[in-house]
Amino acid sequence: MSLLFLAAGMTYILQQTLNALQLGSIYALIALGYTMVYGILTMINFAHGDLFMIGAFFCLVAATFLRLPFVPTLLLSMAGVAVLGVVIERLAYKPLRQAPRVSAIITALGVGIFLENFTLALSPYPQHIPTLIANTTWTVGGVSISSLQIIIITLSLALMVLLDFIVRRTMVGMAMRAISWDKTIVPLMGVPVNRIISITFALGTGLGGAAGTMYALAYPVIDPYMGILVGWKAFICAVVGGIGSIRGAMLGGFILGAVEILVVASKVLPSTYRDFVAFGLLLVLLIFRPYGILGKPRPQKV
Amino acid sequence: MGIWRTLWESLMAKRWLLPVLLALGFLLSFAIPLLGLLNQYVQLILMYVGINIILASSLNLINGYMGEFSVGHAGFMAIGAYIASIFTVAVFPSGAGAWLFPIAVIAGGVGAALVGMAVAIPSFKTRGDYLAIVTLAFNMIVKSVLENIEAVGGPRGFLGMEKLTTLPWVFFWTVVSLWIIRNLVYSNFGRGVISIREDEIASDLMSVNTRQVKLVAFVTSSFFAGIAGGLFAHLLQFINPRMFDILKSTDILIMVYLGGIGSMAGSILGATIYTVLLEWLRPLGIWRMVLMPLVLVLLMIYRPRGIMGLREARWFVPARDLVAGKR
Repeated sequence: MSLLFLAAGMTYILQQTLNALQLGSIYALIALGYTMVYGILTMINFAHGDLFMIGAFFCLVAATFLRLPFVPTLLLSMAGVAVLGVVIERLAYKPLRQAPRVSAIITALGVGIFLENFTLALSPYPQHIPTLIANTTWTVGGVSISSLQIIIITLSLALMVLLDFIVRRTMVGMAMRAISWDKTIVPLMGVPVNRIISITFALGTGLGGAAGTMYALAYPVIDPYMGILVGWKAFICAVVGGIGSIRGAMLGGFILGAVEILVVASKVLPSTYRDFVAFGLLLVLLIFRPYGILGKPRPQKV
Repeated sequence: MGIWRTLWESLMAKRWLLPVLLALGFLLSFAIPLLGLLNQYVQLILMYVGINIILASSLNLINGYMGEFSVGHAGFMAIGAYIASIFTVAVFPSGAGAWLFPIAVIAGGVGAALVGMAVAIPSFKTRGDYLAIVTLAFNMIVKSVLENIEAVGGPRGFLGMEKLTTLPWVFFWTVVSLWIIRNLVYSNFGRGVISIREDEIASDLMSVNTRQVKLVAFVTSSFFAGIAGGLFAHLLQFINPRMFDILKSTDILIMVYLGGIGSMAGSILGATIYTVLLEWLRPLGIWRMVLMPLVLVLLMIYRPRGIMGLREARWFVPARDLVAGKR
């Protein structure tokens, strides 16, 4: 009898682990965008959450108006958001590279608000995404796995592995890491800084666009304000993992996904406390490890 | 021409000018609603401007003068709003609301200040981006907790406040908050605040008690945010947690950085321009929220430190600091 309860508990845990992985991979993709831009420009791109939302809306356009299947939709939205990210960087962030950091932050906030309300002006009602992936559900030992979940998780992991490869094993990646190390000397070594920064933005925001598409497919109703909460949560993921560290962002994303699902699934508190507990636990983590889990403390020189 | 200029300058130099102007303003704030000198809509805008000035100047103390990055200011406002509303709706005998209103507002401020003490503690060790996380999480936690307390309506909101906020009250609280913050900033304590902005480690070495300074600054800032929250609640007569989320905090941030960090006149300017501009552009409908951030971005690109920058209007600087040319 108790074995039955144990089995039931196990399937529940496995089920929730799957949910946590799905949510965590989306958070991780968005957090990567934040951390890449911070690593290279020491600037928090607060418009990133809204770029995630734009990715979802590009998915809407591609799926509804252009009636493209899944893979072209994903590529289109990633490319579209990447282009938009580079445009924003050139127009709004580049002039402020020498300005005090807070001006860049306010500009980022302004860009974010602009994106939200521009999308709201064009689409006043929440929109519905058509189903692009045949959602078959398998039941393995009591755990129901949907094909959508598998696709989201594997695709996200593939993108993260690809990014890690680019950053660690290509010349472009080496240039990115060099610029985040020291921005003044690196141009003297023949590295085209502006181009590398644009590539970084394109990669980071492209990942955000991919996250937007996958989120739209998983939760098919989208509205222009969806990026705000998810964006800020992903920012916290990036900081908890150690901002500036790519592996940290991935770790932070999965941690937050796990914590959120855990809070809801354990049924200890009502699910409306989800955000409260998630943020509270992260605060506690930051108190004990103020630079994030994989972050390097930046020593302050007097 | 010369004689007018000399008259003007001698008037500006008179010590009784500012108190007389303030008294005139106070009388005017009574006269306007009583005699209907301005229509109701304009009076409403004036009251919103006053509340936003209190919010902007209190945040300016932390973000501008102390150089921290606190993005959760709406959380303190929420606490003040809810506590003040609880007092006037549930605690005070009905009918006495108008007389006991200042007590309710102050209670809201004190509640917010107590929470501000709690938020100040993480600020001792963290700086910059990490403090942004802490304050952001605090804002979300306040909103989340308020949504879960059924006694104050939860997500449906809190109704039933009387419209106790009047133009004289707003004028009074605006002047009080500006006066206190300005005096704080130009005192020895204020020099400690500015020194933390300039170089925290150096000021720590120079025997500035950074912990105490940060604590007092956070407590003061959150106190006035709570006051503004109480005034806001009794102007709108309805509050719900969603009004005090990160969007509201972003609004306040924009007001501070638009006007100029580290400048009292700057926060007044920023709050006024932001509030008035948003109302003026209302005929544009949703497109005003598209235009306004564009204007903000352009302003940040061409004047990164805000309109006033770090400069201060002459009236705010005490006489002893006004050595020729020095700010």
